[in-house]
Amino acid sequence: MTPDNAAALHHDAEALARPLAIEARGLVKSFDGTRAVDGVDLSVPEGAIYGVLGPNGAGKTTTLRMLLGIIDPDEGVRRVFGHDRPHDIGRLIGYLPEERGLYPAMKAIEAIAFMGALRGLPLAEGRKRGMELLERHELLHAAERTIKQLSKGMAQTVQLLGTLVHRPRLVVLDEPFSGLDAINQGKLEGMIRNLAEDGVTVIFSTHVIHHAERLCEGVAIIAGGKVPYAGSVETARDRIPAQVRLETRARDGGWTAALPEDTRREGDFFYFSLPETGVEPLLRQLIEGDAGILSLSIERAGLHDAFVAIAGEAAARQLEADAQGGNS
Amino acid sequence: MSVHDQAAIDARPRLSRLEAAWVIARRDFVAVLFSRAFLFFLIGPLFPVIVGGLAGAVGGQVARDAVVIEVGLAMSAEDNAAMIAARDELAPQLGGAVPILREVPEAASGLSFDAREFMEARRGNYAAIVTGTLASPEVVGTNRQLRRWQGPVELIAAQATAVTPLTIPQSSAQTVASSAASERSNRIRTAQAAQMVMFLLTMLLAGMVLSNLAEEKGNKIIEILAAAIPMDAVFMGKLFAMLGVSFVGIAVWGMVGWGFWALAEDAIQTVTQTDFSNLPGPAVGWPLFLALGIVYFSMAYLLLGAMFLTIGAMANTVREVQTMSMPVTMMQLMVFFLAAYTITQPGTALEMFAIIFPLSSPFAMLARAALDPALWVHAAALAWQALAVVLLVKGGSLWFRKRVMKSGGAGREKKKRNWFGSKPSAPAALEPAE
Repeated sequence: MTPDNAAALHHDAEALARPLAIEARGLVKSFDGTRAVDGVDLSVPEGAIYGVLGPNGAGKTTTLRMLLGIIDPDEGVRRVFGHDRPHDIGRLIGYLPEERGLYPAMKAIEAIAFMGALRGLPLAEGRKRGMELLERHELLHAAERTIKQLSKGMAQTVQLLGTLVHRPRLVVLDEPFSGLDAINQGKLEGMIRNLAEDGVTVIFSTHVIHHAERLCEGVAIIAGGKVPYAGSVETARDRIPAQVRLETRARDGGWTAALPEDTRREGDFFYFSLPETGVEPLLRQLIEGDAGILSLSIERAGLHDAFVAIAGEAAARQLEADAQGGNS
Repeated sequence: MSVHDQAAIDARPRLSRLEAAWVIARRDFVAVLFSRAFLFFLIGPLFPVIVGGLAGAVGGQVARDAVVIEVGLAMSAEDNAAMIAARDELAPQLGGAVPILREVPEAASGLSFDAREFMEARRGNYAAIVTGTLASPEVVGTNRQLRRWQGPVELIAAQATAVTPLTIPQSSAQTVASSAASERSNRIRTAQAAQMVMFLLTMLLAGMVLSNLAEEKGNKIIEILAAAIPMDAVFMGKLFAMLGVSFVGIAVWGMVGWGFWALAEDAIQTVTQTDFSNLPGPAVGWPLFLALGIVYFSMAYLLLGAMFLTIGAMANTVREVQTMSMPVTMMQLMVFFLAAYTITQPGTALEMFAIIFPLSSPFAMLARAALDPALWVHAAALAWQALAVVLLVKGGSLWFRKRVMKSGGAGREKKKRNWFGSKPSAPAALEPAE
């Protein structure tokens, strides 16, 4: 076992020991005879940042809607903080849907307070907290402006603040990075990290792997309504052996027999998967065979490679196309 | 907010349905009250009044122009004069039952006059023409006109030839305030008027309710509402907000009407030739009738509103809402006609149907309040209508969640169903989720 594998397993074990914010078993949802979600299982520990990763139309939004109680599953069970009916603990949840929406004629501060009121926060308290949040995000000047007077980015931020104003313990964000420029994406990543530091569980859907890779402790890879993988990012990456890149002075010799079977040669370099026994036994054989090692590097697989391995090439291509389609 | 206050909020993990509905109602009420839509709602009642007034005036004029009935006289000059004199003697007693008589100039010229040919040539403007003599008058006209005027013409001729003209005694009159027949007739008019007012009010609200959820869907805010609170609370909140708006509208119109009455009471009574202070009361009395009117209006609105909200929720754009409004208006009219028709059918199966069918029930029961003093039926009807409101709201919200709140599912193959429509077989085993 490599040290990385050990760390990943330790991480998963630690996650398993925490109480679950979200637990879903065998969720199924069909629309007009078409299965949008087909047996989804999820376990999101409290305090985690969790990503639901998949191309458009994979079933991410439908899964999140079922978790939130917006729609009921045809089959399966879901529990949020141990409750079967998410509306019963609506006060503890914040939700930012994929399709952003606010009342255009409402003032920004009133929109935030209204969203808090929907979650049980008194209006006056919602206004007070809303002003604090707007100030913290340098939007105090926009407090009394109506939503239609705000830029798209500002309106999105206002909606996100409305999602958080009642201080939820679970925040569900559906494609939160969609439509944001790079600067605002960075800010949003910061906000998500801050929430997690405060012990808030954050689950978000995305079709951009980098966001999930940078932020998430755990991911569910979803494709075609099914979840072929749900677990830690580390474990997902460890499904693909690390890749070794070797550069030698000698081009040939008896030492080449020591290289693993999957070795391929590209120019001056040899590429192969990191052997299960580690790299040390191989190094000894190369030195003894006088290969003349010029450089050797080990690269861990990225989440993208893991996604390709788990969900398949087709889903990965669609994911890339979605990401390049300007949605994020 | 202190830690203690925050803890108090956290201790209540959700809003009750009523509280959730209140949050929605409060937002919608304020938003609608300060919108242009409310202005249109306020001036809305003017349109039917203006259009009705214009139509009445034009229709009245047309009727007056078209319904002048004249019967031509083509007898000898003496007989003509005798007939006209006799008609004038009978007119005070018989009124419109005797025709206006006019000499036909073409017959008085001395040339031979063929009344049948004259009528068939569609000359003159006579319903019929009388020829012959007083002793043996001949009436020429269409079948319908003959049936109508032959008798009166014979009566006039009899009066004209009577040796001793008919002596008509002067009867004395004794006025009673009311009679069973007039009371019933007045109460029917009260019932009709009350139904009409209620219908107009619910009709004005229908458009606003229809477009209500379409706006939410257009703003994409519906998902935020659906995630935060139960959908039936959203429906309830929206319905009660619109009900509140309508009460504000009614209050505004009530005040305007009261002010107008205070300023011009005498003029109104003179113009309408009605002594409003002596209007016959409905069977349950005016105060209770007005109270029941408000309650039944609320019920009618909530019932129709719940259905319209659900129908309107299917629309995504204002154009779709406009397309839906025509069948919806037709349906409202059908309900109104049903209730209006049963006013004169008390105790029949049709009236029972109108009372039991939730959408027509408030209209039919309001009419009943005007005609029948029994009160227990109103308690039963209101309980039934309230139950129907709850069921419609529940059904509507369920339908909304099932049909509207769905996403994606793009492009995946349908699972095959077997011939008996049972559930698809279990999906292929998945790789166990970790």
